[in-house]
Amino acid sequence: MTHKILAVDDSRTIRAMLKTVLVNAGFRVDLAEDGIDGLEKLDAAAPDLVITDINMPRLDGFGFIEGARARSRHAAVPILVLTTESGPDLKQRARDAGATGWIVKPFDEAKLISVINRLVI
Amino acid sequence: MNDLRDLFFQECDDLVESLTSGLGDLESGAHDAETINAMFRAVHSIKGGAGAFGLDRLIAFAHAFENVLDDIRSDKLQVNETNLPLLFTAGDHLSDLVEAARGECEIENDMGASILSDLKLLSQSVGGGALMDDAPEPEFEPLALDMGFDLPDLGTPQAAASGYAITFAASAELYATGHDPALLFRALGALGEVHASADVDAVPELGDSDWRTPVLRWTLTLTPDDGIDEAALREVFEFVDGLCTLEITAPSAPPDLPDLLPLADPPDTPAPAAADAPVKPSPPPSDPPAAARPSKSDSARTATIRVDLQRVDRLINLVGELVISEAMLRQSMSELPHSASSKTVEEAMGQLKQLSGVIQESVMAIRAQPVRSLFQRMSRTVRETAREAGKQARLVTLGDATEVDKTVTERLVEPLTHMIRNAVDHGLETPEARRAAGKDERGTVTLEAAHRSGRVVITLRDDGAGIDRRKVRQVAEQKGLVRPEDDLTEADIDNLLFRPGFSTASEVSNLSGRGVGMDVVRSEIQALGGRVTLQSMPGQGTQVTISLPLTLAVLEGMVVSVAGESLVVPTLALRETLQPGQARIDAFCDDDRVLTLGHELIPIVDLGLALGYRATPADLDSLSLLLIEGDSGRRTALAVDAIVDQREVVIKGLEQNYRPIPGIAAATILGDGKIALIVDTDQMISRPGDGPSPAALLPDPTRIAHHA
Amino acid sequence: MPKPDVQEPNAAAQEIVSFAIGDQAFCFDIAHVLEIRGWTRTTSLPHAPDYVVGMMNLRGTVLPVLDLSQRLGLGRTDPGPRHVIIIARVDDRIVGFLVDAVSDIIMVREADLLPTPDVSSARTQAYIRGVYTIEDRLVRALDVHQVLPQEDTAVA
Repeated sequence: MTHKILAVDDSRTIRAMLKTVLVNAGFRVDLAEDGIDGLEKLDAAAPDLVITDINMPRLDGFGFIEGARARSRHAAVPILVLTTESGPDLKQRARDAGATGWIVKPFDEAKLISVINRLVI
Repeated sequence: MNDLRDLFFQECDDLVESLTSGLGDLESGAHDAETINAMFRAVHSIKGGAGAFGLDRLIAFAHAFENVLDDIRSDKLQVNETNLPLLFTAGDHLSDLVEAARGECEIENDMGASILSDLKLLSQSVGGGALMDDAPEPEFEPLALDMGFDLPDLGTPQAAASGYAITFAASAELYATGHDPALLFRALGALGEVHASADVDAVPELGDSDWRTPVLRWTLTLTPDDGIDEAALREVFEFVDGLCTLEITAPSAPPDLPDLLPLADPPDTPAPAAADAPVKPSPPPSDPPAAARPSKSDSARTATIRVDLQRVDRLINLVGELVISEAMLRQSMSELPHSASSKTVEEAMGQLKQLSGVIQESVMAIRAQPVRSLFQRMSRTVRETAREAGKQARLVTLGDATEVDKTVTERLVEPLTHMIRNAVDHGLETPEARRAAGKDERGTVTLEAAHRSGRVVITLRDDGAGIDRRKVRQVAEQKGLVRPEDDLTEADIDNLLFRPGFSTASEVSNLSGRGVGMDVVRSEIQALGGRVTLQSMPGQGTQVTISLPLTLAVLEGMVVSVAGESLVVPTLALRETLQPGQARIDAFCDDDRVLTLGHELIPIVDLGLALGYRATPADLDSLSLLLIEGDSGRRTALAVDAIVDQREVVIKGLEQNYRPIPGIAAATILGDGKIALIVDTDQMISRPGDGPSPAALLPDPTRIAHHA
Repeated sequence: MPKPDVQEPNAAAQEIVSFAIGDQAFCFDIAHVLEIRGWTRTTSLPHAPDYVVGMMNLRGTVLPVLDLSQRLGLGRTDPGPRHVIIIARVDDRIVGFLVDAVSDIIMVREADLLPTPDVSSARTQAYIRGVYTIEDRLVRALDVHQVLPQEDTAVA
């Protein structure tokens, strides 16, 4: 069975890119455009892995991850943070919120896929 | 990838608009924290996308801009009159960079460099830019994955047979962040041959323990495949750094003891790198409600979808067909014997008509978009023109939520830009002159949009000096457009500015009136089915009014018949209709005939002759006349065989499958399914009869009135 | 309607629609053909070339109808109920070709296309790509791009 990935990003460009890359790699992909949208889609999507941006309107990536972790169904789903910033603070904040890992934009396709493959069962 | 690129630039348009809108709010003081946040996100998203496409200049500039916005966001920097212009300039430049990247062309570096350094100075002045690396380039190196920790310089090539010894114990947090040791081991397995064993000594009696605290310790050996080094091995543990106890022992020279490596306790073993982070106590599951962080301004956002414009146009076309079919059906019904149509059928027909009308309106509304983005572009034009012309000017926009067909807003950009430049350059006085006249040194240009009786009216006002009619008349006389003895009203003089050949930029730029290429502006507006008029009050300013149809797809027209063909004359230009025998017609040489209406003599165009439907002039006494008027105020009477009725028609272009036809604007389909051509009234006015005379040589109506 | 064809698709093979103008047979690639209609009334166009019969309404699409006979110098057609209009897409344009009758749909190979005889007029050279010999008849392959009204012939 193919794995399902939920990608949360407020940029249409990044969303489309993620979708292209992930679908080409054989994943099924659901998209959400901010944290609220992501949380709303989480149950229906039941993803095997989530990729989320940090800077988003309404609810940012940290809030989204915390919200996702608070739901027992998704407490253990791997969540990757997509970020343009790579400072240690940011990683710590992401981890505190419950992020599984991080990918720095712009991402390298092969690298992204290999990271995902490491994280999905 | 090109699709993605297009998507990125499309998104950039929205992001730039959102940035511009935020800047506008900053200027007017109508901003809150979310305004800055949204601006920051816009620039940030542009940077992010630009990174994906390797648009280095855009990245670098967006980065510097983003830093400044971040300083404002974090209250390190206050927006004030000194730095606001820089923010505007930066916004404009960002937009230029986006355009340059879209067109894959270079733009001059000088200006960008100075703006960039200004932005950096501004950040530095408040010690800002700290949140993000100040040098953006390294951050955007193509190696995209951050390693998470500093890798030790291992540099020891691994022999194929050598094995690593790994001990690993997970913390509770490791599980809480979605990790699974089994996956880590699987990933290790991809690097070589792995043996794993669990050390169960630490597992307490059941019931004795906090189930949330993981207690298993794993011992693994990895015999790596060729080319796998310790960096690859550590990468597997990249995300769990700090979430586990991890030791990796590189194989020693005799590579025959991997299975026998001792299970050392973490504190006792020298661990390479920072892999010895203690197991953290499991944090209590934090449980913030999902909506704890929503920001206020975005919460009322309406849901939208993006639809390919072609799909919308197809829908609009189909609905046009529906309306036509409905009309055809109604016509067939009316031709049936009376008894056949019952009251029920009539009611159903009425409902069908109403429904198709509503559907048509709703579909048209899809293409409608607010003029806001158009107006925002103009604010930049005002700033730039004012700077170049040494004027002080501000733009006030009203009614920018007014919706207009997308094509109309797109095609208004050029003419409106032209008029705005005129208003600032020629309309507004210099600050000194304004002060002397007792006005605010800073002039105001007002751009207003409103719906009025089924049309969109856009007005452009300035509070400048108004048109210098004496000078305009003087120029027009020099150019032979009017004669000194012509009796012209003030409005006549103002409208001389729209006459082709009135002016070229170089000759009129010293006029404190306007007129730079206004004939071009007018023809652009006319091409959209619009009208443009101009009013001026000396000393108080000038107002240009543009009236446009709500949509380009439907037109109100008079159906007429000419030589057996049906034609449609748009009612926009129609002033009056005259039945046969109602008019006084006088003949001139070469079959020229003129309608006398009051004191006015109006040229008559025999439509059948002009369009080649008949070879010889018809007897005008048996024809009906349609009096049409162009924006110039010039009138012409169109002679037709009969006037059928007035109705709304759906416009069908001719160029798609055929080509433009002189004298014809488009086609439509009538209720009986027949095609009727829509007359281009403007061409009829500028080319009376089938004479080849170019517009410029035609007699001026004022001259006809007095000298014919 | 294209006949069902049991042959394996062959890169060099194509289906053509053949039709009659007077006593001559013509054809073009069936891929252009959208549908075939009986004669319907058209609206005549001002300032149009003599072979443009007028505009017809095909379920809401306004398209020009061309008199192929007149275009090919074979004399003006006086259209009536026995004539047919081949609705074709050529490049991005949809046009109607007025012809006497549609004859057949035939599978041909591009290799069988013979060059237009040297004796033919300039008009023939411009509008005819070559000829097929099918059951002892000459079928002239029309260059559908060339017979359309060209932009540069627009009437002033």
